[in-house]
Amino acid sequence: MEEDPNGKHPMSATTHIHQTHTLSHEGNGRKISVKVLRQSDPRGGSHWETFEVPYEPGMNVTTVLQRIAANPTNAEHEHSTPVAYDSCCLEEVCGACTMVINGRVRQACSALVDSLLADSPEGIELRPMTKFKVVRDLFVDRSPMFAALKRIKAWVAVDGYHDIGPGPRISPREQDEAYPLSRCMTCGCCVEACPQFNDHSTFIGPAAISQAILFNAHPTARVERDDRLAVLTGVGGIVDCGNSQNCVKVCPKDIPLTTSIAKAGRDTTLYKIRQWFGR
Amino acid sequence: MAKKQHVIVVGGGLAGLSATMKLAEAGVHVYLISMVPVKRSHSVCAQGGINSVNDLTRQEGDSEWLHLDDSVYGGDFLQHQPLVKEMCDWGPRIVNLLDRLGVPFNRTPEGLLDQRRFGGTLFKRTAFAGATTGQQLIYALDEQVRRWEADGLVEKFEYWEFLGPILDGNGHCRGAVVQDMFAMTIRSLAADAVVLATGGCGLIYGRSTMSMICTGGAAGRAFKAGVNYANGEFIQVHPTAIPGTDKLRLMSESARGEGGRVWVPRKPQDPRDPLSIPAAERYYFLEERYPKYGNLVPRDIATREIFDVCVTQGLSVEAGQMCVYLDVTELPPTVQKKLDGILEIYEKFRGVNPREVPMKIFPAVHYSMGGLWVDYERDDNTGGLVLGSPRNQQSNVPGIFVIGEADYQYHGANRLGANSLLSCIFAGLIVAPSIENWLKSQAKGSAADQPASLFDDAVMLHQQRMEQLIHNQGEENPYKLHQELGDWMTRCVTVVRNNKDLQACLDKIDEFADRYQNVSLSDKSHWTNQNLSFTRALEDMILLARVITKGALLRDECRGAHYKPAFEIPPTSADDPVKLREQAEKWCRAFKEQSDRWLKTTIAKHTPDVPEITYEDVDTSLIPPRPRTYGLKGAEIIEKTWKEMTKATPVRKPQAAAVSG
Ligand SMILES: Cc1cc2nc3c(=O)[nH]c(=O)nc-3n(C[C@H](O)[C@H](O)[C@H](O)COP(=O)(O)OP(=O)(O)OC[C@H]3O[C@@H](n4cnc5c(N)ncnc54)[C@H](O)[C@@H]3O)c2cc1C
Ligand code: SF4
Ligand code: SF4
Ligand code: FES
Repeated sequence: MEEDPNGKHPMSATTHIHQTHTLSHEGNGRKISVKVLRQSDPRGGSHWETFEVPYEPGMNVTTVLQRIAANPTNAEHEHSTPVAYDSCCLEEVCGACTMVINGRVRQACSALVDSLLADSPEGIELRPMTKFKVVRDLFVDRSPMFAALKRIKAWVAVDGYHDIGPGPRISPREQDEAYPLSRCMTCGCCVEACPQFNDHSTFIGPAAISQAILFNAHPTARVERDDRLAVLTGVGGIVDCGNSQNCVKVCPKDIPLTTSIAKAGRDTTLYKIRQWFGR
Repeated sequence: MAKKQHVIVVGGGLAGLSATMKLAEAGVHVYLISMVPVKRSHSVCAQGGINSVNDLTRQEGDSEWLHLDDSVYGGDFLQHQPLVKEMCDWGPRIVNLLDRLGVPFNRTPEGLLDQRRFGGTLFKRTAFAGATTGQQLIYALDEQVRRWEADGLVEKFEYWEFLGPILDGNGHCRGAVVQDMFAMTIRSLAADAVVLATGGCGLIYGRSTMSMICTGGAAGRAFKAGVNYANGEFIQVHPTAIPGTDKLRLMSESARGEGGRVWVPRKPQDPRDPLSIPAAERYYFLEERYPKYGNLVPRDIATREIFDVCVTQGLSVEAGQMCVYLDVTELPPTVQKKLDGILEIYEKFRGVNPREVPMKIFPAVHYSMGGLWVDYERDDNTGGLVLGSPRNQQSNVPGIFVIGEADYQYHGANRLGANSLLSCIFAGLIVAPSIENWLKSQAKGSAADQPASLFDDAVMLHQQRMEQLIHNQGEENPYKLHQELGDWMTRCVTVVRNNKDLQACLDKIDEFADRYQNVSLSDKSHWTNQNLSFTRALEDMILLARVITKGALLRDECRGAHYKPAFEIPPTSADDPVKLREQAEKWCRAFKEQSDRWLKTTIAKHTPDVPEITYEDVDTSLIPPRPRTYGLKGAEIIEKTWKEMTKATPVRKPQAAAVSG
């Protein structure tokens, strides 16, 4: 038997010149109607604009937005501008492209056009999330979520980065509990769905609560456990959660947010008791 | 130090974040610039894991030396070995550090780190966290940097874009010009060192497995400012990706590792349901051509075979789109379950359940081995690096350092799976002490002493450039131009290369550069203008496309990811032992000749018209180069002959690991 990659490569000088992935034009001229809620800057008002985008098999909402960017002519045949939106990984792991698609908050990159159309054949509707300041079009400012991570000290306070051997032993069971929480990509879906989180409230939100629980479970990060519980006990902390469980239903990473919230409830109660008796 | 010195780190992937936290720990004030919140950087995409020797593999005979050997053999000896040696020595320490930082690595029942085996080695060297190792690593580093941010040592500029370095009259870097991607305001930042950790450049190929920020824009700007670009032609193509309209998503090697089989119907574009096609009418081409390795042949060979079957033999599953089947439907549910993480990706993005229907996959551009040129200082006692030497990771422009996928080091002609996360973090950690020492040498005449005009002029230049682009009147659509560039590059400068096509591609790139002068933006606003940012990066992509293609055109040999069949050394064919020996000797002589001519780093230097290409020797002081014979016919006799022919060459013995840091 021969194993001969170097011997037989019948690829001639020119035949391998083919598109590896051709842009599909199998859509038979079908067009999808895409309605976008647009806003040119944080101060301006918003308006709807509709685009007719040629259908391609297997396309997702980010592809739709890319096609609009390449040809920003709206359904009225007026020249418009590309739609602004946040994106990076295109595989639902960075959390950037969250928006409200046909009324549901989710990532644009994992929203497949075929399944969207199966549910609502009339077309696709894209809106920015409502719980954050709009920067432009579908692009919102989620900095409050990152600020919340700072407040709850979402880190392991190690002594330094020099070489002092491995970390603490962790059982597979502890890893199984930590790993799902650690997948939070700060996408904002949970916050968007939470009735308690809005412009006027100071509520820290489900994602940050869950992160506090994650770090409080880590053998080293536990040293700052009480600091985290103090934040969760204070203004905008756990008491603001109305326990409506909306958050857990929309999390694209299936993070057990309500389990974290329940745990945070118990831990903060114990913390308060300790505070009473400790002083 | 009289005045407070600053360092700019551009990029918050694994490389940029490790540099930032290590600099902050040393008390250095860092400006961290990133086009996206650093937590969303491309590094989140890595699934497989990170390599290092560990206690378990050690008992099986593994060592840092063998990790070095696997890395340079896998890279076809195109790396400077002292750097790779130091990296492999640091592997266990880096994984320990990540463990301490709280990365939820998979565990053994005893609570130790679990490891898996990856391509290109015999050892289970790869630590992993579920199917999202990159995400978990970047989160741990992001958290540390947030801690330093809370302490005031790190100032983040997220949603800010690096437009170019600022060089003083002596050609030293004194800062950078950056732009707020919302307000579009352009400003300068003064600093005595700029670290570029801006990742790979896959978007030059249109669609790849990389993220939207991987344009190579920052690298292009540094190149234009005088930083040399090295080994650009070495681009890794991953054999199995899921074709998509916006991105080609990776389908991890583990699908084949667990028993997934690659096949096409023997009848071209057989319209039947794949499951109804009887075994006899299926062509399991990897298993047939490589009975020993089957579906687990190395990445470059799998890639070429899939290409061959689709392109030359016309056996692609579909007519309109190149693809082959990767079939896990016959695996028992318990095995399928192990693959859940990656099978979900397929299901999510194709809307088809791969447990029931064979997946359709095709190779895709995946990693840039080449990148901006950086220096290092070798320690003759250890064979590794002089740690803390300002030369480490510093480019040819004083004050500009480069780390991560943006640099050209560590992976040679072909990257070993799970070595990149290691190299990113390693370079980030070692660049910090180098910069500290560099800052000391720059205390006089530092950025703070430069005239204001140096910074103002640089800002003005970029403002003019922006206005010019916004008001440019022309026929060219930047997105369509990008697609054309990507199509050409994918066709001519990926898996199989030949000089006729490379020349045609180079001519085409000249045409793209001309047409770029006529681009017109559809968005003329001065608020969150993504159209502008993309179009500006397109110019850099065209610039680097030329570097990559020219390097490939000039390099007349096969090495790692660079495969040019016209210059392949013919394998042995004889059965008669004497003839065979003769052929093997001939093969080895040809190999020696080729090495003498081409075992060199390609260095591109920017000039106003075409990049100037020169070559630099590679430091192979630790492990003498030898033929990479995996799957080659006559491998055994060639290896034996090679050993005998080079017997005289002394092999350097490894010394004790270098000092810890
Ligand atoms: C799908 C996939 C899977 C992979 N799996 C593995 C694996 O299992 N193991 C492994 O070892 N490797 C893997 N790799 C490779 C590895 O993930 C990358 O090489 C590595 O993450 C690169 O990290 P980085 O720090 O160099 O840059 P990135 O993570 O790419 O970050 C670049 C940073 O630079 C910033 N930036 C870029 N341009 C600018 C600019 N002009 N201005 C301001 N900021 C800018 C970005 O915002 C970002 O913060 C994989 C790669 C892919 C694509
Ligand atoms: S359970 Fe609490 S955090 Fe979750 S959506 Fe309801 S109110 Fe918000
Ligand atoms: S908890 Fe889930 S929904 Fe909320 S930010 Fe994290 S990943 Fe998104
Ligand atoms: S682009 Fe990263 S989640 Fe969609």
